[in-house]
Amino acid sequence: MDTRSTILSDTTPDREVAAIRARGLVKRFGGLTAVDGIDLDVPRGMIFAILGPNGAGKTTLMRMLATLTRPDAGTATVMGHDILTAPAAVRGAIAMTGQFASLDEDLTGRENLVFLARLWGFGGRAAGRRADDLLAAFELTEARHRQVKDYSGGMRRRLDIAASLVVTPGVLFLDEPTTGLDPTARQRVWRMIRHLAQSGVTVLLTTQYLEEADQLARRIAVIDHGRKIAEGTSRELKAATGSGFLQVALADPGALDRAAALLEEHLAAPVQRSPEGARLSVMARTPEAASAALSALVAAGIALEDFAMGAPSLEDVFFALTGAAGPPPEEVA
Amino acid sequence: MTDLTPANLQPMPRPPRPSALSNALTFGWRAVLKFRHVPEQLFDLVMTPLMFTLLFTFVFGGALAGSTRDYLQFFLPGILVQTVAFNAVYSGMGLSTDLGKGLFDRFRSLPIWPLAPFAGLVVGDLLRHLIAGGIILGIGLVLGYRPDAGLPGVVAAFLLLLAIGFGIGWVFIVLGLLIRTPTTVMTLGFTVLFPVVFASNIMVQPDTMPDWLRAFVEVNPISLMTTAMRGLMAGTATLPQVGLALLAPVLLTGVLAPVTLWLYRRT
Ligand SMILES: Nc1ncnc2c1ncn2[C@@H]1O[C@H](COP(=O)(O)OP(=O)(O)O)[C@@H](O)[C@H]1O
Ligand SMILES: [Mg+2]
Repeated sequence: MDTRSTILSDTTPDREVAAIRARGLVKRFGGLTAVDGIDLDVPRGMIFAILGPNGAGKTTLMRMLATLTRPDAGTATVMGHDILTAPAAVRGAIAMTGQFASLDEDLTGRENLVFLARLWGFGGRAAGRRADDLLAAFELTEARHRQVKDYSGGMRRRLDIAASLVVTPGVLFLDEPTTGLDPTARQRVWRMIRHLAQSGVTVLLTTQYLEEADQLARRIAVIDHGRKIAEGTSRELKAATGSGFLQVALADPGALDRAAALLEEHLAAPVQRSPEGARLSVMARTPEAASAALSALVAAGIALEDFAMGAPSLEDVFFALTGAAGPPPEEVA
Repeated sequence: MTDLTPANLQPMPRPPRPSALSNALTFGWRAVLKFRHVPEQLFDLVMTPLMFTLLFTFVFGGALAGSTRDYLQFFLPGILVQTVAFNAVYSGMGLSTDLGKGLFDRFRSLPIWPLAPFAGLVVGDLLRHLIAGGIILGIGLVLGYRPDAGLPGVVAAFLLLLAIGFGIGWVFIVLGLLIRTPTTVMTLGFTVLFPVVFASNIMVQPDTMPDWLRAFVEVNPISLMTTAMRGLMAGTATLPQVGLALLAPVLLTGVLAPVTLWLYRRT
């Protein structure tokens, strides 16, 4: 499916330039370097995720790209506009839904949207129509006349995202769109982000959840301490970090050393021993590799009490990317 | 009709970019809406000056001016000045609250006139000043206050009052931008305002004060404003009196409006 043909931005000088191109962005707060030289290339029309733990610098990076914060070094263009020399043009081409709700709690959902539509220049009638369409698209029609302070977390998020779509942006920034939402509300927001991307909007989102990046994004950049430590598709990242953790519990603790050696040999990854029992865990690159390693244990006569295959958590990814035995912290792919 | 989803939302043609005035009016509209939704904010604004009016008039009035009625005649124009000054503190708190919530991040990422959010704030403030001032005046009239200059005098006094509120408002817009905790804005605001309001001629003429204090009270901008307000309501105001009353608001606006813009754009 060609999504690029439907990109809507009349303020773009050149349709072929990347949605976002950043080089060496740096932001310091006093002695702390929150963003430490990040390069980013986001092609148009895709969902791109920035994955990192709390304090990694995700918000700061996004705020620089949205012209809310000036970088201390580096350059970037958004939809072809330079964030330093043409911030007004950047603002005309983007919309941002920040980490904290950017809504007026005292107003109703509809009033919030009409207000923004008027700021964009819609006349009274057209502003109302735009607000009603957005409310319908984000399943908020029933709640439209309620004050936002009475909205649930999920409703707020949806309204906040709707508020970024009053005019269709070239790039939509979503800072942790589902943090703090329950699983149902999260699924709903995910569905809407996917729908949105189908219309050709480029989406840059940040998240702390590997699963979220995996579910939504075509490409993922992993950042930590203000640096990008890996970038690639979800599959590429998993190829580099392993698709999951294999955990085994041995029936006989005496076989621990032998089992660890076998696993290490078959999976070529460091084996972690849990101190309290006869448990081992090791990163497995593929399910096939994990299954082969299990067969080897059985063939060697080592009895298992149980085993489990777990999806890697963000911590596991970091362990694999930055751990001594992991691949070098460079771009994957 | 098929379901509306974010993907098949009609991409509207972009409207032409609105003018700065249109942006400012939209923010003003928001301020009016907030009034409709949160009328209880008026309670905060009116209770303090109301208590002051009643307490001073009935407790001290007789002792200070011979009769409660004479005191009210003296006191009411000044309490209006105090009302708008205290109002401005609440407005700074509101700004600080908005900033903490990320609402202003959205405004700053929109291609709008950068001062428009503040224009909206000012519209809301002026509305609050008018409503609170009107209520206090109304209560004064019930208690026996009589503006000798009649309606034209009251209108002129209220115009001056709005100018005063506008000028003082900048102080708290700047504080609201600088301080991220709304309660700190309030504490700091009242810490600054209380001495300035009390060491003025709002409650008593400075004749009986020690020289050093009297010297301060006589140049205190709040005193100058109060004198002009009294003059306008009584029909005795002189041009220099009004000019002196406007001095502080004009200076505050001239200095703090650019500071506001700078603070808003920095980082
Ligand atoms: N305005 C600020 N002043 C000082 N330090 C800040 C400011 N904003 C962020 N930081 C610091 O910069 C680092 C990165 O923050 P942030 O970009 O918010 O990370 P993330 O969004 O990934 O959680 C953190 O250590 C945070 O404390
Ligand atoms: Mg963040």
